Amino acid sequence: MTPHYTALASCLLTALLAVSPVYAQPAAAPEASKPIPPVQPVPSTVPGRPDIPNAEVAKQLSNVAPLPFGAPADQLPTPQLKLPKGFNIEVYASGIANARSLRIGDKGTVFVSNRLLDKVYAVVDRNGKREVKVIASGMDRPNGLVFDRGTLYIAEGTRISKLENIEDNLDNPPKPVVIYSDFLNHQSHGWKFMGLGPDNKLYVNVGAPCNICEPPETNGQLRRINLDGSGAEVVVRGVRNSVGFDWHPVSKELYFTDNGRDWLSEDLPEDELNRVTKTGQHFGFPYCHQGNFTDREMGWGRSCDEFEKPVALLGPHAGVLGMRFYSGKMFPAKYRNAAFIARHGSWNRTKKIGGDIIVAYLNKDGSVKSWEPFLTGFLQNNAYIGRPVDVQVMKDGSLLVSDDHAGAIYRVTYGGGAKVAAR
Amino acid sequence: MRALARVIAAAALALTGVPLATGAEPISARLAPCLACHGEQGRSENPGVPSLGGQPEFYLTVQLLLFRDKLRVVELMNAVMQGFSNDDLRAMAATLAKLPPPPPAGGNADAARMEAGRTLAEQNRCNFCHTGNYHGERNVPRLAGQREDYLVKALREYKSNSRRGYDASMADVLYQVSDEQILDLAYFLARRP
Repeated sequence: MTPHYTALASCLLTALLAVSPVYAQPAAAPEASKPIPPVQPVPSTVPGRPDIPNAEVAKQLSNVAPLPFGAPADQLPTPQLKLPKGFNIEVYASGIANARSLRIGDKGTVFVSNRLLDKVYAVVDRNGKREVKVIASGMDRPNGLVFDRGTLYIAEGTRISKLENIEDNLDNPPKPVVIYSDFLNHQSHGWKFMGLGPDNKLYVNVGAPCNICEPPETNGQLRRINLDGSGAEVVVRGVRNSVGFDWHPVSKELYFTDNGRDWLSEDLPEDELNRVTKTGQHFGFPYCHQGNFTDREMGWGRSCDEFEKPVALLGPHAGVLGMRFYSGKMFPAKYRNAAFIARHGSWNRTKKIGGDIIVAYLNKDGSVKSWEPFLTGFLQNNAYIGRPVDVQVMKDGSLLVSDDHAGAIYRVTYGGGAKVAAR
Repeated sequence: MRALARVIAAAALALTGVPLATGAEPISARLAPCLACHGEQGRSENPGVPSLGGQPEFYLTVQLLLFRDKLRVVELMNAVMQGFSNDDLRAMAATLAKLPPPPPAGGNADAARMEAGRTLAEQNRCNFCHTGNYHGERNVPRLAGQREDYLVKALREYKSNSRRGYDASMADVLYQVSDEQILDLAYFLARRP
């Protein structure tokens, strides 16, 4: 029994018996006041912390806390969301607090993960009426999901587990079976995104355990693992924290988003979209940001020429997360094989940016031609009414979007009479 | 340990005559066992038990949720929070948020340590999120006047990744803060009004 527990037990039992006031806590022992040493010049900040003299500005730079409980459907900001002409948006499911990654089962089940909370959900559509079921709980940041041939793979903070034959057992899900657990335990960027490669391996990000630091050899990388947990190997390094990746439907090349460091400046660095052309590539973290400048602390003695450059810059601190190439048939032809990318929205910036879904169009050679906003409206008056996390193309070609702020999943469709105000 | 948590939950039940998580009792009665340890006037007198006075309602709601769903692991708190609905958590947090802020730790403060703690807090930009007076807001807790031993414990837990925050900010910050600095930070914050 720890002293801590003993104290708790004593105080409750004392209160119960009402014998005496709980624990007469001695006042903090007065300490002899020492003379103040001569004032030494001290650095105004420590590495990774910014120099911001203005308290009013500083106040606008704290993290954005999501709502702890999912909002009911009628309180979601659907009418404020904007899409290009001809598109519609509806609430697909609501009340899923901290809804994160999305995957679709062979039988149409939509799987939804958590990052801050502990659950994995299944959304089942029965003739347009949707039922939300919890299929796993008590998990440790179960952000990453992959569905493959009946099995749902879940990447938690420090392990990957699987639920076999899950779609036939949604009401009586099996206990997760751990297949891999060779991860360090770190809260900072410790949650994982996971995808299934064309080589039928699980790809998972292993983020840097810090804002900016020299990460351990085991971190700052994308890693791949066989479906049975064997054969783990590093795919690429120099990745700060990727929370979204996908393979191009034609070239089969891996593209991944990466979140740039915090606290450098209002406008730098921009988040990246990267393209892997060879195993073992290094994408620059922590030495080089956005392919064109070295870090103010970690970059001395390095050059950006040593590293792979991003194929697109997607906005400073914008929080680029989930991405999928569009392989469906519902949307107009120009979206074919374009990448939909969720920008969670900046927190480390006074003028917020992101909080939208953008679409990036590629050239034939795999470079990015251009990108533009697709679904907007989550950012209103410099505050978020929702924060998009992941996108998932459904079998009918519609696009699901998760929002971990309000705890909702939206569905974007095209045609059939537009009801949404075009942007 | 688990058995002890059950004993304490049973003690809490005996104290109020009802399990914590039943709807009929007024919220003040249901919070009585909480305040027996955390302090009825917002100030805890118990080692390792935080003062709840002056904490933002949003922060309290989230912590109650993290305890109920066992995301923040403290066996006693996990045990006593079982069975509460989301609405219960909201109501409890709203009531607890009205507790007065705890007075800062007394005694003659060591000026050099106060200065060291203040400098560290500003260098690490604690004041950005916890606000300039360390009173906290929304999901960010009040630190001013918190028990020194609890501040040390919480900071060490964040640094060792054994405590879940609602986001990973604290683990980010503490990555490069030493244990000696943790002691100075806690010394300063506990004495800050």
